[in-house]
Amino acid sequence: MAMLEVKDLVKNFGGLSAINGFNISVEEGEIRGVIGPNGAGKTTLFNVISGVYKPSSGAIHLNGEQISGLSPSEIAIKGAVRTFQRDALIHDFSVLRNVTVARHLHTDQTLLKTLFGNIRKSREFDERKAIEILEFVGLADLKDELAANLAHGLQRVLGIAIALATEPRLLMLDEPVAGMNPTETAHMTEVIKRLHQERGMTIMLVEHDMKTVMGICEKITVIDFGEKLAEGLPQEIKENPKVIEAYLGAEEIVA
Amino acid sequence: MLLKIITLLVVAVVAIAMPYLVELYQVEVLIILLFNLILAQSYRLVNTTGDWSLSHIVTMGVGAYASALLTKSLGWPFWLSVPFSGVVAAVIGFMIVFPLLRTVGFGFFIGSFALGEFVRLVWVKFHQPFGGPRGLINIPMAEIGSIDLSDSIVYYFFCLLITAISLWIMYRIDRSHIGDTFKAIHTDPTLCETVGIRVPRYRAMAFTMGAFFAGVAGALMAHHQGAIDPHSFEATLMVYLIIYVVVGGVETFWGPVLGVITMTIVFEAARPLEEWRPLIAGCVLIFFLVVMPGGLEILIPRVAGVLRRLPVVGRLLPKPGT
Repeated sequence: MAMLEVKDLVKNFGGLSAINGFNISVEEGEIRGVIGPNGAGKTTLFNVISGVYKPSSGAIHLNGEQISGLSPSEIAIKGAVRTFQRDALIHDFSVLRNVTVARHLHTDQTLLKTLFGNIRKSREFDERKAIEILEFVGLADLKDELAANLAHGLQRVLGIAIALATEPRLLMLDEPVAGMNPTETAHMTEVIKRLHQERGMTIMLVEHDMKTVMGICEKITVIDFGEKLAEGLPQEIKENPKVIEAYLGAEEIVA
Repeated sequence: MLLKIITLLVVAVVAIAMPYLVELYQVEVLIILLFNLILAQSYRLVNTTGDWSLSHIVTMGVGAYASALLTKSLGWPFWLSVPFSGVVAAVIGFMIVFPLLRTVGFGFFIGSFALGEFVRLVWVKFHQPFGGPRGLINIPMAEIGSIDLSDSIVYYFFCLLITAISLWIMYRIDRSHIGDTFKAIHTDPTLCETVGIRVPRYRAMAFTMGAFFAGVAGALMAHHQGAIDPHSFEATLMVYLIIYVVVGGVETFWGPVLGVITMTIVFEAARPLEEWRPLIAGCVLIFFLVVMPGGLEILIPRVAGVLRRLPVVGRLLPKPGT
C-alpha cells in the first residue's frame, strides 16, 4: 500500500483551477520530487495535502486512511507533516525550545503533570529527545541560540528539525533549498539524504532547483497547469521533450 | 538557587510585614492589590496566545456572583464556594470563548466585549436571582468553620495565601510546555497547526484557565465587599486592567506583577486627586505607550546587569540567559 495516494485531485480558486485532476502515489521509504514551472500548482498541491486548503474534489489517502478535508493539525497527528518555503519558526524562542514545543504530540508534560508533577524531570526528558533531533540535523551546537539569529540556511534546517520533532511518517518539504547559497544547499541536501538513508523516512519534496532534485530523488513527478505532465526516473525526466518544453521552453534542462 | 530563596524570603517578609507598616485604611488597598495581582496575571495567561480579551473583568464578576449566590442563597460554606466559583467562571469563560475561536485579533477583541456585555446585561435584567441593577447585598462575610476572616488584616493574610497559590500555579503553567505552546501560537499559529497543535483548543484552554483565576479573585472580592452590582464589572474597569499590563508588560511573568504594584502606588500617592484618577491613568498609559512600549519588565535585565557588576551581590546572581 502506498504511503500517500492522491487521486483525481482538483482545487479551484473561483473560476481558476490550480490543481486539475492530479494523481500521485508515494511508496513507503521513497523519496519523491515534484517539479514544475512557476505557477504550476506545486505549492497549492502541498497546501491541499497538508490541509491548509480543502480540495474541491478528489481523494487523498495517507496509509490507506482518508485525510482530505481534515484540518492541518489532524493531518499532522495522522503523520503527514510539511515544512514551509518561508522560515517558519518561533523567532523569539531558542533553537532547542523551537524543537521542544514542536514535540507537542510526544511531550511528557501533560496538563496534570504541569500542575502537580515534577516539571523539571518532564522538561529534561523532552529536551533530551529534542537534542537528539538537533544532533541529527547538525544544529546541536546552536541549541541555545535565538532562532531569529540563525542564518537563513540554518533557519530552514531548523524548520526540518521542527517537522521531525513530530515524528512524521511522511515528510513534505516545500522548496527546501530556495534562496540558499551553495554551502547551505549542500548541508540541506545532506540532511535530506541522510533522513532517507539512515531513517528510511518517506519524503516528498517540491523544488525549483533542478540540480538538487536530480541529485536527491529516486523518482520525479512533473506538474504543469495543475496536471501531471510526466513521471519517472531523473534521467527519463531530463530527456522528456514535453518536460523540457514546459519547464524551460528551451532545448535542454540545465543539470 | 540561593538567590531564588533569598528573593522569595524577602518577598515573603515584605508581604507579611506590609499590613503592619501601613495605616488601617491602606490594608484595604493591599487587599485590592492582591485581587488585582491574580486578575492581571490571569489576564496575561489569556493573552499569551495573542488574544486580547475585553471580557476578563466580566469573568471575574461571574466568580463574584457565583460565590455570593452559593453562600447566600444555597448556604454553601465560604471555603467551598470560592474554588467552585472559579470553576463556574471557567465554564462561562469557555462559553464566551468558544464562538470566538473563529476570530482573531480585532474580531476577538470586539467579540469578547460583546459577549461580556451580554453576561453583564443578564445580571442587570434578571432581578431573580441576580438582583438587577442594584446587584446583591448582604453577601456573607468570609469565615472558615468558626474562624472569622472578616477582619481586614486576617483577610489580607488569607488572600495572600490564595494569591501565592494562584500565582505559583500560573508560574508553573508559564514555564511548562503548555505555556510554550501558548506563546508559539501567538507567534505563528500556522506553524503550530502543522506540528499537530490543535490551536483553537489551546486558545480556549488559556482563556478558560484565565477565567478560573479571575473567578477566584472575584469571589474573594465579593465576600470582602459584602455587596456587588453589575457596575463593578463594567468595561471601564477593563481599561484599568489593560493599563496594569501595559505598564508592566506581558512578555514575562513579572510584567503584570510590576504593573499592578506600580499602579497601586501611583493611585495611592495620588489619593488627594481621587476625582482625577481616570486622567492620571490615561496619562500613565500614554506615557508608557510612547516612552516604554515594552512595559516596566524590560528594565529587569538592565537592573540585573547593573547588580551583576556589584562586588558581593554580583557573584550571587545567575549568569544571563540561565
